[in-house]
Amino acid sequence: MIRLALAFALMFSVVSGAYALGEAEQLDDPALESRARALSSELRCLVCQNESIDDSNADFARDMRALVRERLVAGDTDDEVLAYLVERYGEFVRFRPPLNATTAVLWLSPIVVVLMAVIGVGFYLRQSRRAMARSSAKGLSEDEEEALAALLKERR
Amino acid sequence: MLNEFGHMALVLALAVSLVQSFVPLIGARLGDSRLMAVAQPAAVSVFALVALSFAALTVAYVRSDFSVVNVFENSHSAKPLVYKISGVWGNHEGSMLLWILILTLFGYLVACFGKQMAATLRATVISVQGWISTAFLLFILGTSNPFERLVPAPMEGRDLNPLLQDIGLAIHPPLLYVGYVGFSIVFAFAVAALIEGRIDAAWARWVRPWTLLSWIFLTLGISMGSYWAYYELGWGGWWFWDPVENASFMPWLAGTALLHSAAVMEKRDALKVWTVLLALITFSLSLLGTFLVRSGVLTSVHAFASDPTRGMFILIILIIFIGGAFSLFIWRASELKAGGAFAPVSREGALVFNNVFLTTSCVTVLIGTLYPLVLETVTGEKISVGPPYFNMTYIPLTIPLLIAIPFGTLLAWKRGDLSAISERLIVAGIVGLVGACIAAWAGGRETGFVAAVGVGLGAWLVVGSLAEVLYRTERAKTLGDRWRRLRNLPRSMWGSCLGHLGVGVTVLGIACLSAFEIEVIRDMRPGDKLEVAGYTLSFDRAEERQGPNYIDAVAVFSATKGGRLVAVMEPARRMYPARQMPTTEASIHTVGLSQLYLTLGTSTQDAITVRAFYKPWVLLIWIGSVIAALGGTLSLMDRRLRIGLPAPAKRRAEAPVPAE
Repeated sequence: MIRLALAFALMFSVVSGAYALGEAEQLDDPALESRARALSSELRCLVCQNESIDDSNADFARDMRALVRERLVAGDTDDEVLAYLVERYGEFVRFRPPLNATTAVLWLSPIVVVLMAVIGVGFYLRQSRRAMARSSAKGLSEDEEEALAALLKERR
Repeated sequence: MLNEFGHMALVLALAVSLVQSFVPLIGARLGDSRLMAVAQPAAVSVFALVALSFAALTVAYVRSDFSVVNVFENSHSAKPLVYKISGVWGNHEGSMLLWILILTLFGYLVACFGKQMAATLRATVISVQGWISTAFLLFILGTSNPFERLVPAPMEGRDLNPLLQDIGLAIHPPLLYVGYVGFSIVFAFAVAALIEGRIDAAWARWVRPWTLLSWIFLTLGISMGSYWAYYELGWGGWWFWDPVENASFMPWLAGTALLHSAAVMEKRDALKVWTVLLALITFSLSLLGTFLVRSGVLTSVHAFASDPTRGMFILIILIIFIGGAFSLFIWRASELKAGGAFAPVSREGALVFNNVFLTTSCVTVLIGTLYPLVLETVTGEKISVGPPYFNMTYIPLTIPLLIAIPFGTLLAWKRGDLSAISERLIVAGIVGLVGACIAAWAGGRETGFVAAVGVGLGAWLVVGSLAEVLYRTERAKTLGDRWRRLRNLPRSMWGSCLGHLGVGVTVLGIACLSAFEIEVIRDMRPGDKLEVAGYTLSFDRAEERQGPNYIDAVAVFSATKGGRLVAVMEPARRMYPARQMPTTEASIHTVGLSQLYLTLGTSTQDAITVRAFYKPWVLLIWIGSVIAALGGTLSLMDRRLRIGLPAPAKRRAEAPVPAE
């Protein structure tokens, strides 16, 4: 839907000869290749609308895929590969923003929102419970007691 | 000539819409029934005028009248008729016109079907609806005129974006827009309630069906869009947490919460203030979605500057409506009296739980969507917030909700008994656990955990959703008796049963796809074979085919299983000469609920890259949403919402407020 919808917003698409990940690009070592796939799916193709380099058809994405595999073959850890790419292309390239000063609000706000909601609901429920307790503790009014007594008498 | 006529109809619609915005409202405040009576004819004529204008634009498209800029830029004389028609809304101006058409259609519907509503409420609601129409008519006339002329008229058009030349464009946007825009009515009801300073169960009864209707369409619209992307974009995914997707998903989350809180309000007169707030929030998110998609702010903040008028205009509409509504809320909400009390463990409590998790997950999606935009505007720093973020925040917030659903449907109003209902859910619990164990075993070390959680939850939900209808009919002595009792249950109970069951089915589909999908990538030459999930795909030949306005490079595959031919699959790469733009046409073969999905990539020398997927039970994802929408439809047909509405509702409204 995404790219369709963007196309919808009168965007253009990148015309290119290359397409998403091909067999020839893949590494022979399956463990390394699966790491490369996992990394690629979290890296953004910078010339596309909103695609990972694993899905993208652009030449740029193919170059980046090759770069990721090159670093992995050279013995980099996943974090080192990411650091290398971030240094080259900036934070924009990562779909998973790291936790730091600029993204603290982003990562912490879901927790804060949940806490606020729980506290708010807690207060509401406590009030509601008190209201319930009051209404049942209050019992019957004098008139109601009299009416009840009269009814009971009639029964007898 | 017809184009000028269409343009004039829009201008007239604006004028009448201004009348609709103020006259009935003034009438309602003064108690003047003659002024209030203007509401209906005004709403009807605004709709009629916009419909005429829309028809005029459609005619321009069908005739390929390239003297209209909009048609020139988005159509082509060789395009099939269905895409000429759907192309009307395959662009900015036309889709805004469709938006307004649906907006005024809803005004018309309230005017015609709301006759039994309290006269002042009805007049106020129609006026508020008029404000929204006025704002968007001003927007389209001021910044996005679809009837702009081009002199001299070119001989040929530039064609529609190839990705949009699909039956999906005919279905997805109208469904989605009905959903989006339908919430405007709910918004109008909320604002009217705030203006009147009065709100009761009758109000909730009027709001429920409109919410339900919008929700059904939004559900179908989102799910249809997801399936469209799945088969058209050829990367095999069905959801990417893209901002445009989120823009439609946020109103859905808030709308789902609204559906449930309105139920509490209708049945128990509680959560009034919250329900009004949610009604405001839901439509505000629809407006925000429109802003995000229409302004071009999404791809980059800089695109915003390239056409500042449109973006600014919608932003101003957004600020006026959201800001105005929330100010009104803060000012008047204290006038709305709080309703019935309840214990934490009760149906109301469960629905509050539902609301907490739906709204917090909605806020999370909102933050994730807007954060990069805000950060870039404020500090100039560019970051991406993508699927990993949303999966990490949204999924943990959804799991407790999914666990709680079957409990919620069984709990009694006001005060429930958790241990008693737990007994009724033992079967569902066992089915869920068994499902989780099987999935964990099948998934192995790599995907076992995801599979176990997803399949376990899905199975628990599917069986657990049925618990209520089964429990209500457990006194039946014979099968026939049970059948009769099942049929006599209120339709809204079946609605909630199917709605929740649909969620379970979708969860099952997502779990199976994420855990058990098989993908094979091969560079192939004609004559090569590849194996995927027990199927053998042989690349028979490559050929070129001429379509009406495109050329296909087709790779013909035969799919065999155990030596028997199952299907001939023909994935292609398609080129549209008018736009010089290639697209990938995936070939899909459905086996039961699973699909073989074949798509083409690069050609290198004599070979072509083939991506073959086996997608187990993938159809459940969309079938689940259709089941949920069906549930919504059943609920909408409940006799409570159809007949006997005015009298009991009014009586209830006048009943004394229960003691605090």
